[in-house]
Amino acid sequence: MSNGFGRRKFLLYGSASLGASLFLKACSNPQDEGTGTTGDSPGETGSPIAQSDGDVIKVGILHSLSGTMAISEKSVVDAEQLAIEEINNAGGVLGKKIQAVVEDGASDWPTFAEKARKLIDQDRVVTVFGCWTSASRKAVLPVFEEKKHMLWYPVQYEGQECSQNIFYTGAAPNQQIEPAVDWLLENKGNQFFLIGSDYVFPRTANTIIKAQVEAKGGQILGEDYIPLGGTEVTPIITKIKAALPDGGVIFNTLNGDSNVAFFKQMQGAGLTPDLYPTMSVSIAEEEVKAIGPEYLQGQYAAWNYFQTVDTPENKKFVEAFKGKYGADRVTNDPMEAAYIMVHLWKQAVEAAGTADDLEAVRKAAIGQTFQAPEGLVTLENNHHISKTVRIGEVRDDGMFEIVYATDSPVVPVPWNQYVADTKGYACDWSDPSKGGKYKMEGA
Amino acid sequence: MLFLDSLFNGVSIGAVLLIAALGLAIVFGIMGVINLAHGELMMIGAYTTYVVQNGFKLLGDNWFEFYIIFAIPMAFLVAAAVGLMLERWVIRYLYGRPLETLLATWGVSLILQQFVRSVSWSMFVGILLFSLLFFGGIWVLKKRLDFDRLRRPAIAVLLPLSVGIAIAASVLSGNLFKLAFTKPWFGAQGVDVTAPGWLRQGLELGSLYLPYVRLFIIGLTVVCVAGIYLFLQRSPWGLRIRAVTQNRTMSACLGIPTQKVDALTFAIGSGLAGIAGCAISFLGSVGPNTGQNYIVDAFMVVVVGGVGQLFGTIVAAIAIGTVSYLLGSGTIAALVSDVNFLSDFFSFFANTSMARVMVFALIIAFLQVRPAGLFPQKGRTVDA
Repeated sequence: MSNGFGRRKFLLYGSASLGASLFLKACSNPQDEGTGTTGDSPGETGSPIAQSDGDVIKVGILHSLSGTMAISEKSVVDAEQLAIEEINNAGGVLGKKIQAVVEDGASDWPTFAEKARKLIDQDRVVTVFGCWTSASRKAVLPVFEEKKHMLWYPVQYEGQECSQNIFYTGAAPNQQIEPAVDWLLENKGNQFFLIGSDYVFPRTANTIIKAQVEAKGGQILGEDYIPLGGTEVTPIITKIKAALPDGGVIFNTLNGDSNVAFFKQMQGAGLTPDLYPTMSVSIAEEEVKAIGPEYLQGQYAAWNYFQTVDTPENKKFVEAFKGKYGADRVTNDPMEAAYIMVHLWKQAVEAAGTADDLEAVRKAAIGQTFQAPEGLVTLENNHHISKTVRIGEVRDDGMFEIVYATDSPVVPVPWNQYVADTKGYACDWSDPSKGGKYKMEGA
Repeated sequence: MLFLDSLFNGVSIGAVLLIAALGLAIVFGIMGVINLAHGELMMIGAYTTYVVQNGFKLLGDNWFEFYIIFAIPMAFLVAAAVGLMLERWVIRYLYGRPLETLLATWGVSLILQQFVRSVSWSMFVGILLFSLLFFGGIWVLKKRLDFDRLRRPAIAVLLPLSVGIAIAASVLSGNLFKLAFTKPWFGAQGVDVTAPGWLRQGLELGSLYLPYVRLFIIGLTVVCVAGIYLFLQRSPWGLRIRAVTQNRTMSACLGIPTQKVDALTFAIGSGLAGIAGCAISFLGSVGPNTGQNYIVDAFMVVVVGGVGQLFGTIVAAIAIGTVSYLLGSGTIAALVSDVNFLSDFFSFFANTSMARVMVFALIIAFLQVRPAGLFPQKGRTVDA
């Protein structure tokens, strides 16, 4: 036995399997780190080509391709690659092809900062599309500010930030959470129970919701948090039944796996959508697919985009996405925001006439409009975009029936007007004297 | 009524903990192996349930209502098979070395997680071809008498050859069939396991509402515990397992095939993890890190119960379940609402997230008093 599996054999097998895994990784890379074009340009990530050298413009894509967040961020990368491919097929930007340098932030915030630095210094990209969690955005923010560089960020977030170096194309709270609360108060009653994962976003969001509900005459009858990834929700169900014996509204800011447990066990405990309508802000088409539409049918979610949005641009977007990645793939809000931000950047570059002069691109970006799948969007002077707000009800096929949409795009408000600390403040990057945070007149 | 409600909910949380911990308790208690891949064996059970479910969906709605009956034994068998491979290929080289086992099983758990994320037909083809060529080749050569002399050159030739062919076939099939072959089977995103309609409702008894899925898990746990008890106490192999647990050397001297006993015990422990995975898939998510949510709790249960004690595991699971329910739902805070100081204290912890903190603190305090758990094993067996 002892000489059957000796050191030599171990080394042999070990090095062989290491070699094999390296080889496999190298094989799978072209898929992940593709150039968006079908491989006609040199795809080497390490070579320090200068900006817009030759016929290509280099842009960075920085998302988690491994770790917990890969689940969500991988499909955002797919959407960004699709947009780049579309632009390249239509002739590129300023006559040059876009070449994407893909880096993996690995769901680890220091890694995000490190890779952002690498993309800027070594790859000399002209802009970066990336990040999902607020933690990763906060980690790269100092890097982009120090280098005076540019990040495009595609996910709804808690607001309370307005950097000159970031363009936010996901929803600010007043473009998702606040309209959702208003809609619930109007249509579903004024007794609320808040449930969320125990970390920054749900706690910040719930602070806003509490202030808003109380300001509008509703009641918060309970609040509870599960550790991220926790799956035992029996105590919460008892609490909901005790706080809202005859039904009421549940506002759900759970993230990840806890959602699955929550909806499965809620249905098992007999809390049906007609008595306990639940509004979620982090459940989109992909999540519905993973939880099972049977458990979610009749529940609500608030986003700016759903796959069922009825516009010609969306039809084209969904068709192109399915054509590239498979018919069973779905599109969702962050993917759409990622898709439009690539186009907005392209328009800004064309308006500025250069991709290298970031200051000029930044200036030209403000005021850009784009006929997006979700409808017309405008990049405002606070570096956020005006978007339509929608509320969807889950259908039995896992898609959303849109039950409410604002008539026109909602103007973004990064500094929250319900929270005392930021009330009366705004952000305006078109005017150097105002900048990221200034006190509005009359406030 | 409040009492009955709390009792049911406490027991139902306990039953989930127990079914997750049962396989771990057997492997840890009987063999002294700390199996960090236990959660991934649960995940395999959950994915098996998903596959069986999809199979039955194709057969039509009437069949779908009963897929659980097939899913449970399938989950047991698949997880047991994976467990058996794990024991044969990794763990048997590491008996008596708990630290190495810990690291190796942790590595295995990472590999299994990544495997379900990225396995696709083209990867499957590659792995299958490699195993066939390499291990098949070694197996054929082993029949030759001069194998010992041939071993090194044979490996030197076979290994690169089979790796090359496997990778070529995998890349080729990927390029040939495109998405159909390169698309992952399950993907990194979780998959959807739907309980049959009758498991998604609940039983109404006055003001008491008992979810059927909870009742089902309680029933399943009872059946598993009873089955394991009968197997260990009444069957010839159970007798052998108990003998090996008590004194491995003496058992071997008396002709008990200890290696077979080890493999069998590990396979059964893994199979129980598979059943647990099937059960939790009706409660929570099915994804690559499904089991991770349960592994810490399962270890808590085993440690509090006392290593090697089935009875201790049961009591510990029910106790931890009930305590975390009473704390998290605010029942205790409501009970002591007359005493201001206590009520404030317990209200602070009356939150699922904080209740967990308190439960862990209580466990640590308890282990200070009884380091070996509720029912420590008597004698000098466990560490041997």
